[in-house]
Amino acid sequence: MIVSDVEVKGRGQVSLPAEGPSAERIAYLESLVSQAKIAAAVFTQFTQEDVDRIVKRMVLAGLEQAQYLARLAVEETRLGVMEDKVIKNMVASEFVFNYVKDKRTVGVIREIPQRNVLEMAEPIGVLFSLTPITNPTSTVLFKCIVAIKTRNAVIFSPHPKAWHCCAEAVRIMYETAVENGAPEGVFTCVESPTLPDNAYLMHHKDVGLIDATGGPGVVKAAYSSGKPALGVGPGNTPVYLEKTADLNTAVVDIIVSKTFDNGTICASEQTVVIDTEIYDAALKKFADLGAHICNEKETRLLERSVIDPQTGFMQPMAIGQKAADIARFIGLSVKPDTKLLIAPIHGVGREHPLSVEKLFPVLAVYRAKSVPEALKVCIDVNHAGGLGHTAVIFSRNEQVIREFGNVINAGRIIVNSPGAIGALGAVYNDLVPTFSFGCGTGGGNSTTDNVNIQHYLNIKRVARRTQNHMWFRVPNQIFFNMNAVENLGQFPSKTTIIVTNPALEQIGHVDIVRRHVCPQTHVHVCVIPDAEPEVKVIQQGVEALNFYKADQIIALGGGSIIDAAKIMKLKYESPEADLEELAAPFLDLRKRVIEYPKEKARRTRLLAIPTTSGTGSEVTPFAVLTDKDSGRKVTLADYSLTPDVAIVDPQFVMSMPKGLTADTGIDCLTHALEAGVSNYASAYTDSNAMQAIRLVFRYLPVAYENPRDEEARCMMHNAACIAAMAFSNASVGVNHALAHAFGARFHVAHGKANALMLPHVIAYNAAVPAKFMPSPYTQGYVAHKKYATVTDLLGLGGQGVQEKVEKLIAATEQLLDRLEFPRSIAELGIPRDEFERAVPEMVKAAFDDPSWRSNPRMPLMGELVELFWKAYEGRGESRVNTVHPQAV
Amino acid sequence: MPMSLKETDMISGLRSAAAQLSGDDGELNMDFSCIARIDAGAMRALEDLARKAEERRVKVVLSGVNVNVYKTLKLARLSRRFSFVN
Repeated sequence: MIVSDVEVKGRGQVSLPAEGPSAERIAYLESLVSQAKIAAAVFTQFTQEDVDRIVKRMVLAGLEQAQYLARLAVEETRLGVMEDKVIKNMVASEFVFNYVKDKRTVGVIREIPQRNVLEMAEPIGVLFSLTPITNPTSTVLFKCIVAIKTRNAVIFSPHPKAWHCCAEAVRIMYETAVENGAPEGVFTCVESPTLPDNAYLMHHKDVGLIDATGGPGVVKAAYSSGKPALGVGPGNTPVYLEKTADLNTAVVDIIVSKTFDNGTICASEQTVVIDTEIYDAALKKFADLGAHICNEKETRLLERSVIDPQTGFMQPMAIGQKAADIARFIGLSVKPDTKLLIAPIHGVGREHPLSVEKLFPVLAVYRAKSVPEALKVCIDVNHAGGLGHTAVIFSRNEQVIREFGNVINAGRIIVNSPGAIGALGAVYNDLVPTFSFGCGTGGGNSTTDNVNIQHYLNIKRVARRTQNHMWFRVPNQIFFNMNAVENLGQFPSKTTIIVTNPALEQIGHVDIVRRHVCPQTHVHVCVIPDAEPEVKVIQQGVEALNFYKADQIIALGGGSIIDAAKIMKLKYESPEADLEELAAPFLDLRKRVIEYPKEKARRTRLLAIPTTSGTGSEVTPFAVLTDKDSGRKVTLADYSLTPDVAIVDPQFVMSMPKGLTADTGIDCLTHALEAGVSNYASAYTDSNAMQAIRLVFRYLPVAYENPRDEEARCMMHNAACIAAMAFSNASVGVNHALAHAFGARFHVAHGKANALMLPHVIAYNAAVPAKFMPSPYTQGYVAHKKYATVTDLLGLGGQGVQEKVEKLIAATEQLLDRLEFPRSIAELGIPRDEFERAVPEMVKAAFDDPSWRSNPRMPLMGELVELFWKAYEGRGESRVNTVHPQAV
Repeated sequence: MPMSLKETDMISGLRSAAAQLSGDDGELNMDFSCIARIDAGAMRALEDLARKAEERRVKVVLSGVNVNVYKTLKLARLSRRFSFVN
């Protein structure tokens, strides 16, 4: 049976409506949309049990009517094989049911407790669905079942030449659905649909989704409508028959697939690329099983007859016809029971007409001399109209299968099974069963999936606030109080390097340490300048560690020395560590891009003995490094940098000069206050922050005024370490960002720079933020209340939060006065015009500083300018009316 | 007194309400508190009632509408044609 009047447009041809439908027609189309809209709205009230009950009855109806509908389809379209269409109808019913039956499509469809997320289903509403001539009734059955499962209404517009069979399929599905409780109007079918009708419905405001199964014209129109669309277009399935394949299985599978419904499934095989080693054997097998192998002359005849020489696309008259009928029609002599016409080709493209999609039992074959050649030809076929659709490989070589999967752009790559039936899913594999193949962007589609229920739903995600895990990480052991250094003896070591500075060696501190190191230990001293560690110094230190094969490092000094030792340890244990890269910026420690090395070439213990009471470097995960050549300063931050042991022995700070005592002491207070109001603050860090603040207010003035006061020195040394434990885990804030920028620009000591900013920053953080900082860790804005808690802790009095904050600011100012700090930047002798010129650069530096990321208030650039100027003017700048009004 | 609707004879209740509409009424109150679910037939009856009420300039107030029914009216673009009280 040959048909010549089938109005299947050549693939690639696009038909657009010249004008819109008439007014009468519009009224008709509007009535369809209105019915569907009401049905979809009513459907939203249905439960999962309701829809599952309806779906089951529809599936049974589909199975009962499979043969009837298949016969109607063949009679009307004169395409394909009735028996195969029965199978298709049954797959569309039974196999789809099997896939969807236990899946939730109403209400909560998935719970993901580990992510605190619920997924909930929302129907799309009204779908406008175009169905093809090639798989008419099966596509309708499939779409009806999936639509009911997902509580959607569908307006069908079948291919005009398959309208009656599709309308009958819609009727059967509709009546069954409504009899079992589905809303009236849930399915409708456009009568005598035209291109203007389709265009009108595609653009209708009440249509939520277009599901277009058909040729590229239909798909392009759907995507051009501006509506969400599922569009499925043509394929051109390459098949690689590789030499390791099971030839018997492969040949039968290809014949099964290519002759199934006379090749009308767009996933069916089009060109088989066969390794030369098995080429002749494969062709013989094809011939033995009923294929006709065309000679050169017959191939030319076939090319001229079944491919349109003008367009290069298949001739509609051949679509869905039997091989023997096609042969007879074009004057090719074959046996009457010929299943398949096989035409050898020598390339892909317009010069090789049979290399395109052929929805009929004509198969091109190509002899490949190598795997690379075979893959290239498959790529060519894939790109000749089949991008994103389907590809097939027969092979036992896993490497070749993976390589094929890698180079071929197809939504479905079917292995050792028939392409057409394999792509449908659930028969030969575990793909999702479908009658709509998403072809991805290669095919102008939005998905590569086998379309099914998930594409007919809006999936809503109910995301609850997650309680992020927090942490409190400090060194394994901390020894404190006078003579704590004696504990050094409990750490066995073969070779220990003491990293220190010349002054400490000179005043005998190194000797004290050396005396307490575990007996039998070889001790070497690495003396480095007491300044922010430089790359060159670090390198020298690492060389020493390597030379002596050290297993223990003792850092004896202020923050700079301890920082240097941390970096030496890092480079010694992980020589490949790139310090520049490790200093890359990050927002959240747990999500940082650059990770610190976990595999270590060596293991070393780092013990830190601070000789100042401020930085707390002995317990922090930070280290600052300077590259003098480039003039860059990089901050490293990672808990792997934290020393293993801290020895907080006040005997090493008894001789600290007054100025250094004040500077480091205020640094310590700033650490504690900033950690206390940080967005990362926790009960664990609060306890440390509050205790450190209490100790500083009580003992810093004493240590400053009576440097030999042992108790004061001891308590300040502990305070520095305790505050550092707080900010190691809660971080600091905008005070540090400002101090870093100002200190670097005007070469002002860090503690002094902090002191100049501190009262202003307290007032700033206690005010209603112009911009709140996003923070999953905190509940509400509490900075002002936490300052008030500090005031209570210090016993400063005051009624209400505002007064308490003001008392804290006053107490801080009194402390700074007592420590004889300059109270304004102006007092440092920095001219106003010079400062003014520096402000933009300092604001930029402060904003780039990671310190403020945990500040309770997000600093705006303008606010940073204001804070700098307040610090410049100092005392007398008004801080009134800055406190949170609710606190009054 | 609002007119109380029952799920079992909702369509006839709505039709009867529509038939009794007159321009003098000014406002028609309907109690939906017994309506758990609304079907397509009732939706059409409501649509008809809304049209007639608009023609006669009668304000239709629905009370006790449950959330699912409210969403159904919203999706069908019917909610804007009625007033709602809880």
